[in-house]
Amino acid sequence: MKKRQGFRAFFYSQKAAPYVFVMPFILVFVIFFVFPLISTVIMSFQSVLPGQVRFIGLENIKRLNDPEFFQAIKNNLIYTALTLALLIPFPMIFACMLNSKATIGRNFFRSALFVPILTSVVVAGTIFRLIFGELPGALANQIVGLFGMGPFRWRQMQGTVYMILVMLACWRWTGVNILYFLSGLQSIPEELYESASIDGASTIRKFRHITWPMLKPTTIYVLTISIYGGFAMFLESYMLYTNNRSPRGMGLTIIGYLYRQGWEQNNIGYGSAIGLCLLLIVMVINLVQLKFFGLFAKEDK
Amino acid sequence: MKKLLVAILCLTMFLSMASAASAAEANVIEFWTFAESHVDLYKVMAEKWNAEFPDKPIELSVSVMPYDDMHNKLLIALQSGEGAPDMVDIEIGKFANFLKGEPQLLPLNRVVEPELDNIVRSRVDIYSKDGNFYGICFHVGAAVIYYNDALLKEAGIDYTTIKTWDDYAQAGAKFLEATGKPFGTVETTDLWHFEPLVFSQGGDILNKEDGTPNIDSPEVKKALAFNQDLIQKGILALAPGGNHHAEEYYGMMNAGSYGSVIMPMWYMNRFTDYMPDLSKQIAIAPLPVWEEGQPRSVGLGGTGTAVTNQATNPDLTMDFLAYTKLSKEGNVQVWKVLGFDPIRSEVWSMPELRDGDTKFHQYYVNNPFDVLMEIKDEIPAITVSEFLPPTSDALKNNVFFRAYEEMADLDTMLPEENAKVK
Repeated sequence: MKKRQGFRAFFYSQKAAPYVFVMPFILVFVIFFVFPLISTVIMSFQSVLPGQVRFIGLENIKRLNDPEFFQAIKNNLIYTALTLALLIPFPMIFACMLNSKATIGRNFFRSALFVPILTSVVVAGTIFRLIFGELPGALANQIVGLFGMGPFRWRQMQGTVYMILVMLACWRWTGVNILYFLSGLQSIPEELYESASIDGASTIRKFRHITWPMLKPTTIYVLTISIYGGFAMFLESYMLYTNNRSPRGMGLTIIGYLYRQGWEQNNIGYGSAIGLCLLLIVMVINLVQLKFFGLFAKEDK
Repeated sequence: MKKLLVAILCLTMFLSMASAASAAEANVIEFWTFAESHVDLYKVMAEKWNAEFPDKPIELSVSVMPYDDMHNKLLIALQSGEGAPDMVDIEIGKFANFLKGEPQLLPLNRVVEPELDNIVRSRVDIYSKDGNFYGICFHVGAAVIYYNDALLKEAGIDYTTIKTWDDYAQAGAKFLEATGKPFGTVETTDLWHFEPLVFSQGGDILNKEDGTPNIDSPEVKKALAFNQDLIQKGILALAPGGNHHAEEYYGMMNAGSYGSVIMPMWYMNRFTDYMPDLSKQIAIAPLPVWEEGQPRSVGLGGTGTAVTNQATNPDLTMDFLAYTKLSKEGNVQVWKVLGFDPIRSEVWSMPELRDGDTKFHQYYVNNPFDVLMEIKDEIPAITVSEFLPPTSDALKNNVFFRAYEEMADLDTMLPEENAKVK
């Protein structure tokens, strides 16, 4: 056989081919992820101003000791916890109901629940802002007015701010999570339920011993992206106040704080330090969670 | 498929050639702004420029972007040295960000210095660093008070008799009793209503000497305490929506819910545009003071138009900017088109402006220009330093909320908040 040369040899080489195929991903990953990550690490030790970029040691890290930042972390923690508590069990139950052949109008509910995610956060946030306006004529105040309460200044009270944000998240994301759980449910073989029925298992027992364990990978996936989503929340609170400012930081999130420091006050270096901090928080929480739910179990065995 | 591709290619080539051809004729000035209304002025002035200087025609390419978006984009473009426009509107609250480090804006001294005697100097000083001027303002931004004269008359109050803040409080009590409505509103998320109360005492939210945060000063405390007292009495209400630019506020004010509002002159066009029902009801007056003789106004807000160091034709851009914002004709248009109090003082005494027939003349009970003439020597400027953005943030986020909504004790709260500003 004649030996192929030059380009041809390269393209026909069994050793090179895999690298050629993964190259697009590697390139995208390096350019849009690794490189920004490295420059973020570098910038978090710098003061970045036009024409005056210099290293300032740990100054930025020290600045993180700021009550506003802690307020932001607290807000994100509470928000994430509340969304997790609502956005995992309920979509799972809804998915089971939609998956059951006994449910009437399954397709209608499936699409109706999915529609909210198609709206933009900007529109959704604005509508929620108007619903929870402070004037007596706002929808929420009219509703509580029927019970003889209010009017409330919804966006100026910490408790109701969390409530609005969580409601917004639930409204938007329930449909998506249902979709994840539905696809998980559909991969569970019918035979398992049949044999359980023959053994006389109740619906609840079937859920506990078949559905729940078989859905575990889906649940872990939803949990992981929800944790990230909770900590990366920004636009919702931004739209609720029409800007990045809320009284006493009630709606401030970590990203909101990053945005304020990095862009609004032109401290990109400090902004980078905040970004790294967010990365660390999300990574630690998710690693602990994955470990706890045994995603790494296979490697351990 | 191939044919389609060829067609698209041809079209793009044709379009790029076409745009290149037109660029050869007129110098394109790329301009960014965050305020749609500002564009009207530049368009008018570009037409006038082209008529006056046919040898060096310009063509404005305007991008209007949302406030935060535009400033952030500009920051990135200037930091990275690529993608910035030739000319840009930068709001005063953000301007300090662009003076950090080595300013990436061009010094405008060549066009500003010859005009310094003809303009209100503080309106370029606020955009300067180390003796270089980097921006030119639209307006003086004189703070005034707008009374709902129709409501005041019903309550038997003559607004011209309100000279001091004490008079204001008394009139407010009378107004509340007669109409059951609050006399005015305070903003919890903005500064406009508040700064006049500090400035008439000679105070400021930044230290005048070194520009450091000054939230814990006695002047700030006195102003906050005054408002707290009137809020508790029901004479002042919290502005619905948090500030005087919120839809909720426009609606309430338009419905005749409040007797007065403290805002700068440039708020005139908010009345005409967003509160049409109050036409022929609103009177403009100089602000009350604590003691007679104190300044009855302060220059608030502002937008410095700057030329970036990435401008393709810096000299021409600078000349056009000066033509728009420093020339007599430009300043006349600032008043006519935008209703702003122009920075060139000679314009103020032009009778054709006073007696013109703009929408402002038709809307207000009295002549806005007379008010401006009355206070023209009583308009101090605010102190500007790199602490301005974080200090105003502290006021907008925490101080007003704690003072007005939670009625916090000022002696403990103010030093606490002042220390937090970094």
